[in-house]
Amino acid sequence: MSKQAKVIEIEEVAIRFSGDSGDGMQLTGTLFSDTSALYGNDVSTFPDYPAEIRAPQGTVGGVSGFQVHFGHTQINTPGDYCDVLVAMNPAALKANFRWVKPDGIIIYDADQFDAKNIEKAGYKGDPFLEEDVTGIQVISAPISNLTRESLKDIGLDQKSILRCKNMFALGIVSWLYDRPLEHAVNFFNTKFAKKPLLVEANIKVLYDGYYYAETIEAFTANFKVKPAEIEKGTYRSINGNAAVAWGMMAAAEKADLQLFCGSYPITPATGILEELAARKDLRVKTFQAEDEIAGICTAIGASFAGSLAVTTTSGPGLALKGEAIGLAVMIELPLVIVDVQRGGPSTGLPTKTEQSDLMQALYGRNGESPVVVMAASTPSNCFDYAYMACKIAVEHMTPVILLTDGFLANGSEPWRIPDLNDFPDIKVPRVAPDTQNWQPYARDPETLVRTWAVPGTHGMEHRLGSLEKMNITGTVSYVPENHELMSHIRENKVQKVAKDIPPLEIVGDEDAELLIIGWGGTYGHMVTALTEVRREGHKVALAQFNYIYPLPTNTREILGRFKKLLVCEINLGQFANYLRMQHPEYPYRKFNKIMGLPFTVKDLKEVILKNLED
Amino acid sequence: MDIQQLKPEDFKSNQMVRWCAGCGDHAILSSVLKALSQIGYKHEDVVFVSGIGCSSRFPYYVNTYGFHGIHGRAMAVASGVKTSNPNLSVWIITGDGDGLAIGGNHFIHLVRRDIDVNLILFNNRIYGLTKGQYSPTSKQGSVTKTSPFGTIEQPFKPGGITIGANGTFFARTIDSMPKISTEILLEAAKHKGTSITEVLQNCVIYNDQTFGDITDRDNRDDRIIMLKHGEPMIFGKNQDKGLMMKDNELHVVQLGDNGISEKDLLVHDTHTEFAGIHLLLANMDYPKYPVALGVIRACEATKSYDVKMEEQIEAIHEKSKIHTIHDLMYSGSTWEVK
Repeated sequence: MSKQAKVIEIEEVAIRFSGDSGDGMQLTGTLFSDTSALYGNDVSTFPDYPAEIRAPQGTVGGVSGFQVHFGHTQINTPGDYCDVLVAMNPAALKANFRWVKPDGIIIYDADQFDAKNIEKAGYKGDPFLEEDVTGIQVISAPISNLTRESLKDIGLDQKSILRCKNMFALGIVSWLYDRPLEHAVNFFNTKFAKKPLLVEANIKVLYDGYYYAETIEAFTANFKVKPAEIEKGTYRSINGNAAVAWGMMAAAEKADLQLFCGSYPITPATGILEELAARKDLRVKTFQAEDEIAGICTAIGASFAGSLAVTTTSGPGLALKGEAIGLAVMIELPLVIVDVQRGGPSTGLPTKTEQSDLMQALYGRNGESPVVVMAASTPSNCFDYAYMACKIAVEHMTPVILLTDGFLANGSEPWRIPDLNDFPDIKVPRVAPDTQNWQPYARDPETLVRTWAVPGTHGMEHRLGSLEKMNITGTVSYVPENHELMSHIRENKVQKVAKDIPPLEIVGDEDAELLIIGWGGTYGHMVTALTEVRREGHKVALAQFNYIYPLPTNTREILGRFKKLLVCEINLGQFANYLRMQHPEYPYRKFNKIMGLPFTVKDLKEVILKNLED
Repeated sequence: MDIQQLKPEDFKSNQMVRWCAGCGDHAILSSVLKALSQIGYKHEDVVFVSGIGCSSRFPYYVNTYGFHGIHGRAMAVASGVKTSNPNLSVWIITGDGDGLAIGGNHFIHLVRRDIDVNLILFNNRIYGLTKGQYSPTSKQGSVTKTSPFGTIEQPFKPGGITIGANGTFFARTIDSMPKISTEILLEAAKHKGTSITEVLQNCVIYNDQTFGDITDRDNRDDRIIMLKHGEPMIFGKNQDKGLMMKDNELHVVQLGDNGISEKDLLVHDTHTEFAGIHLLLANMDYPKYPVALGVIRACEATKSYDVKMEEQIEAIHEKSKIHTIHDLMYSGSTWEVK
């Protein structure tokens, strides 16, 4: 389709679509990233949107953004800075200008840059004089008017017509990066199957945007990003929330248990509940409870009744669930609690990412209340860790907290569809039906795991509860020695999970002096920074933790190999403090950001280089 | 299904019952054991779920599956048990503090969803286990440890809350009337949906005789009315008083006065969809009215939440092409890298 414009091959590109919350930027970004994934690029995305559904139009508070990073090489982050910023109004420019590369491109909807909108965005005069755009190619496109013009005879009202302007922007960028339009076309054909006029309108504007870019000669060239060389297989695009839901469904199928999710909507975790609620065809039971506490308590009830029970939440919800997690510890039933972390404390930054629930997950309950804590580190490996969380919960009869975060939850990437046969079996510690004189709290001497008898099973009637239990018999006990014994048993039972988790692995130079340490969702940025620093000739290694309590058994040994340990996390140093408690013999350096945003590779590189010297 | 004839003792656990001597809970326990033996459940199919409080020790004393949860959350735990396995007979044991204060939110939502469980609310108008603080059902003015000058709060009426939350079953009994309690519990068990049975229960230590004015044997029959479906609302030692509806209000009338006869009285209809009359009856309080006992409201079965959930799942499972996680992972947009 392209004319004779110069085509330049490049390795990778980051594009940020931004506009008002109502401008459809999330859809635009998703269509573009899916198209790139289908084309064969490696892709990473980062939606950045406000908590308000419709903040006042035209204000910086209402700006919704979606960054897509795609490349011919492996892409581990959505990119710190963007090569192209699409700004649908002055507020979008104001909110995102700082993320544009010094030699980047800004494409803006000139029709929305009127005096009123400029003032609303907080500019005093011409935004392109107020921002330093030296070196940046600024392209003014009358997107609104051309959309109106394109659809003037189609028979839609003005409001509906203007809603298609995001497709004009998508058309422009699609030309610029030589993306096929088929995926977007198919999307509209399916989505608006019953509204052919909307299908026609969106597709027409999309093509008009594409031809506009081809025609205006504002762009000196268009760019080609060849497909990435990635592992063979069947791929699909997946985000962290969907991957968590699917991983839990996979575990339920493998364990032959019914999956039950008791939950309450909370940003940014709701996507998991939505994904599970849609899967009645897989016989998933979802219970949208009246509050966070009821969410986890229904899950505990379902676990008692024999389901693989999970509950999903974010920081404030985890706080509310604390007492009930303690109940699950006391009754020693399987339960998975997913905490999609967001900015805190209190309501905090609901739509922004953070890693500040670590201490809450580890210790945020009354009493000695040990649970397994683990963390996923990429959108797609949320599947693997959700699967493992379920496996550990069931096999060890314990609550497991799985930490993800807003960045993983909403970020998406291509995912090679796994073969479920490659996943380890899940052995359910059910009571053998012919057991005589079964005791609810009798344990496997090795693992300290008790067995699971489910209501409906003849001869195994028993009572569980939140009061301290006598070991073996499970009756209520106030005996001092028993409480001490049970406190140790519960602790040791969780520590014994360490035998079932893989050893910690190191990426990079085994003989480096500096080990950078991360956990959970920062992996993409950490590994990218590591790769770039090593490419520049420095020696450095990375340890990214997925298992936090218990830690992998080789943790001490690995930490001891390096002279300098730098713990990087998006909080004020919770994991560093935790490592200090677990392995006080080593000195830890810290690097912390807490802006509600993922790390930037740039910041990480700087701090790595600094710590290499110091 | 072969059902052996079970005796109440068969449902008793081997645990020592630790309620105070003279506590109303003992009588409720025996009423429940009797009801269980008459319903004909198998032990393994019954689950008792409770929260925290004196009454919530109940599950330890019944020889079925039991779950003693955390304060206020029995309704939520039981909702999970029942929706996970609708074949179980699920009973919730809670009190006025556990069920209406800390667990009030779960109480109304349980009722709203109409999950097929049976809830027994032990109402003694006091916090017993924490040794004598006022509860959401304590009468206004009650002097307790946390209200030394009398409460200034209006109490909840459990029947009003149940019916206000679109409840489909509400009944009331008194701990000291075990025969009636058993009859009511049998009705509650039959109901398809959430059944709420309020038991007016005496706390002999912290709130003795809180219901004394209506439970006192000499005057009891003049101060309570036993409601029975299809029967006129007559009460009194001499069966000479009745209830009439006039000017949208209930009136206590003397049979024979002004020519009033039995046919002028209200006839109890437990099944009517019209909640107004049930609300008036449930909220009747002595001394203006007799206190209503019996099944006040029992709507004809629709479908309970747990049944609807199963049906929805089966219908969608049937229609969908996705039956395994493998099917799901390969559905929608995928692409091949060769």
